[in-house]
Amino acid sequence: MARYDRAITVFSPDGHLFQVEYALEAVRKGNAAVGVRGTDIVVLGVEKKSAAKLQDSRSVRKIVNLDDHIALACAGLKADARVLINRARIECQSHRLTVEDPVTVEYITRYIAGLQQKYTQSGGVRPFGLSTLIVGFDPYSGVPSLYQTDPSGTFSAWKANATGRNSNSIREFLEKNYKETSGQETIKLAIRALLEVVESGGKNIEVAVMTKEGLRQLEEAEIDAIAAEIEAEKEAAEAAKKAPPKEK
Amino acid sequence: MKLDTSGLESAAPVWGAPSELVDGFSAAPSFEVPNTTDFDGFQKEAIQMVKPAKGTTTLAFIFKEGVMVAADSRASMGGYISSQSVKKIIEINPYMLGTMAGGAADCQFWHRNLGIKCRLHELANKRRISVTGASKLLANILYSYRGMGLSVGTMIAGWDETGPGLYYVDSEGGRLKGMRFSVGSGSPYAYGVLDNGYRYDMSVEEAAELARRAIYHATFRDGASGGVASVYYVGPNGWKKLSGDDVGELHYKYYPVMPSTVEQEMVEVAGA
Repeated sequence: MARYDRAITVFSPDGHLFQVEYALEAVRKGNAAVGVRGTDIVVLGVEKKSAAKLQDSRSVRKIVNLDDHIALACAGLKADARVLINRARIECQSHRLTVEDPVTVEYITRYIAGLQQKYTQSGGVRPFGLSTLIVGFDPYSGVPSLYQTDPSGTFSAWKANATGRNSNSIREFLEKNYKETSGQETIKLAIRALLEVVESGGKNIEVAVMTKEGLRQLEEAEIDAIAAEIEAEKEAAEAAKKAPPKEK
Repeated sequence: MKLDTSGLESAAPVWGAPSELVDGFSAAPSFEVPNTTDFDGFQKEAIQMVKPAKGTTTLAFIFKEGVMVAADSRASMGGYISSQSVKKIIEINPYMLGTMAGGAADCQFWHRNLGIKCRLHELANKRRISVTGASKLLANILYSYRGMGLSVGTMIAGWDETGPGLYYVDSEGGRLKGMRFSVGSGSPYAYGVLDNGYRYDMSVEEAAELARRAIYHATFRDGASGGVASVYYVGPNGWKKLSGDDVGELHYKYYPVMPSTVEQEMVEVAGA
């Protein structure tokens, strides 16, 4: 009986759900993902392991479409992600069929979070080992949104957030440097945040941008260019600091 | 008889129900098929036995100012008039109306059920459901009971973010979007008046009068329609009942008795 208990998510005497907490550990080991919301744009960035030489990098897209106006990035177990993404995609189409309207970002986030919660309260299953960042535009109001879900099934809306490896440092950076931006500025902020914990270069990060028109994956060259811009700005700021302090 | 108790189910899955986690869709209701040589014929007979004729007149149309909905109030069981005061316009919520034609119990129950689903949608999504969505919910439910003897011929009229909306939904599972509909045994007569007098640019009073007249003319010729002609208006702020006139009184209003001159009078004839 004791061995069988391992497979079920039950409460510990001090009120913890250990399986859920272990799932959060799995998330913390996953690659970093960051999301930043602007006034007319939402940006997702994910750390990319340098691809093995023989691997076709196009088959390991980390930022995926759930519908024309909604995209998702995640940190954690990628196999679990595939299952969750497929269910979410079906739900997006099912919603379109039953009420003749596209889903709102909040609706699909609620659905994914509900699914993650269901697996923490059922027999013989383990929680999904991933946290997701869901971005999109509300089909009615045209307002951009960024939501995050985690293995426990909670979700909330964010102006900017990070998950996965070193997410705390990225979040600290974002808290210090976040301001309402739009267009290119938002993209730059997202890449700057990601570069805090990832080695520079377009090879190591994947960035996608969601606008009212849809999702656009940035080319490696584009990311390199923006990263170079950020480097230059950083150096200029350091040089200004090193210059002799002005008299008050 | 399978009742739709989905509103009462709790969200948490029951022990030993892993199938819910595996498939994304819930199964449609099913029933055992009786042993007959000709099942389709048997089914048709059963439905004809159960389905009461849709003895009624209801109509609805979209015009510049919104949606006008009107209905009579007679319920008949064959040749017997069982009631002259049936509410055939059902208030689903403050901005959506449904009309009743076919089985009264079926219409009332499923409209009430639709009202529940609309409210739950509002609570879950923090926004009102569209007329499109509401009519689709009803149509899907009715489709899943197809062939089981439900008799519903309804129109869902409302005002949502996209403006006025009007859909016809029936128990065969059909759902049509349109500008003008009339449902029931009196509908041919109502269509005659409605189609003749309809213009998109009408004022609310003109549209109400058109709706009232159409119902009156249907009750005049159709034996299964009568009672009171109710007229409702659905505008941007929701629905409002405009009038409920007895069709007998409407008749004398439209065609008042003209006193005619006497041509000849009978006189007493002296006894022969």
